[in-house]
Amino acid sequence: MADKTELQYTAEHEWVQVDGDTALVGITAYAADKLGDVVFVELPAVGSSVAAGTVVGEIESTKSVGELFAPVDGTVVETNDAVVDSPELVNSDPFGAGWLLKVSFTELPTLLSYSEYSALVGE
Amino acid sequence: MTPDTAAHPSDQPTDAPSNTVPASDERFSPLHQAHVDAGASFTDFAGWQMPVRYSSDLAEHHAVRTKAGIFDLSHMAEITVSGPDAGAFLDYALAGKLSAIDLLQAKYSLILNAAGGIIDDIVVYRTNAEDYLVVANAGNRFPAFEALSDRAARFDVTVTDQSDDVALVAVQGPVSRAILEATAGLTVDGDLSELKYYRALGGTFQDSDVLIARTGYTGEDGFELYIDVPAALALWDALRAAGEPFGLVPAGLASRDTLRLEAGMPLYGHELSVTGYPAQAGLGRVVNLAKGTDFIGRAASEEGPPADAAVLVGLVAAGKRAGRADYPVFRSADAPVAEGVITSGALSPTLGHPIAMAYVAPSLARPGTEVFVDVRGTRIPATVTPLPFYKRQK
Repeated sequence: MADKTELQYTAEHEWVQVDGDTALVGITAYAADKLGDVVFVELPAVGSSVAAGTVVGEIESTKSVGELFAPVDGTVVETNDAVVDSPELVNSDPFGAGWLLKVSFTELPTLLSYSEYSALVGE
Repeated sequence: MTPDTAAHPSDQPTDAPSNTVPASDERFSPLHQAHVDAGASFTDFAGWQMPVRYSSDLAEHHAVRTKAGIFDLSHMAEITVSGPDAGAFLDYALAGKLSAIDLLQAKYSLILNAAGGIIDDIVVYRTNAEDYLVVANAGNRFPAFEALSDRAARFDVTVTDQSDDVALVAVQGPVSRAILEATAGLTVDGDLSELKYYRALGGTFQDSDVLIARTGYTGEDGFELYIDVPAALALWDALRAAGEPFGLVPAGLASRDTLRLEAGMPLYGHELSVTGYPAQAGLGRVVNLAKGTDFIGRAASEEGPPADAAVLVGLVAAGKRAGRADYPVFRSADAPVAEGVITSGALSPTLGHPIAMAYVAPSLARPGTEVFVDVRGTRIPATVTPLPFYKRQK
């Protein structure tokens, strides 16, 4: 599980872990708690191009539907098959085994720091 | 990730972030602190801050199906009707024949308007020969009370809104009876093992009167306990303590919604509305046209809805993507015009596939009919099926 204070965040309640020119992406524990038990995850195809701020997938809980936004412009290089098979990983380990996709990028947009995101969600 | 608020009509529990300062008009259950202490997440329901889940709505759902769950329903409205004319008054004010029910019998009924539309769906208990308790939806507390009060003019009855003074706790699930029997301080005037469905018994908890009804909204065996607000917290704690060895868990409104959906039970604001007729919702049997006396909504009910009025059906689908409230229903994969709309839908926790209730054109209502649900731009096939989706083994 990643160190939450070292991650970057979006206002759409996603976290981004940058490693060189790739970004590992998931949703935050706050978002997972608000959704409730996740029962279905749809992720983009590996190799597809994504644009920052556009919808690239869906996360459904028993009660609601969340859209997954790409946090960066780039190409999807990997998606988490385990979370498609076991959507509950999003609830049980949102910052670890519940990661969603990995995107290669050329330019990283300005994202939120841990303290900025914490302030956003009032924690 | 952003929760899609469009999937949530305002009268349904939502998962919208609630990190804002509570508005001054928000209502809190007398059990609120117990929910906070139990780690509940809260949602607005008809102006009340009620538990939507404690930890996992799926675990709470499964607990009710296999063991038991305890729900705080103190937001619901309790209206008493008392007086020599109480039975006759309710026969006039409601769709059913309430004068005919036994002492301590419960009956599901409807408050109709003159046009035959549904003001509220209610459960009525006869608590004494001349006393009835009408339990209305939280969101319809005032319309229900107003309708009953307005209709009482020529009857010798007193209609009183007791909602602020009465708390309601439900214990639902196959081991519910054992839990009540093990609850310290709870004395029942009778034998719970012989209490039939939709019957009630009086009793006491510590020094407070309690009405214990074998009713519920989950499709499981269970009980609903009405008690005065000051004693509610102690009752909640005693039930939880007694229930722990049986696997009782506190359960929130999210699980209550999936449980009642599986059981095919309508929810006002979704399947029922003031512009919908009971017959459209499969509730024609609740409107007693044979009772021989006039009642509000009688003429319109005798006429019935137009022949082309949409009817409520169940839908089942394969896969995991559930159609949800307000999603349109089509006759075919490429039909240009919707001929139905989902009113409630979810991935069924018990059955493992998507289920929904929907109003569809009569020509699509026959069980087995294949239809298509537009799930956010993708048409997913579904099959019309009789309700309920889930029925417990007795």
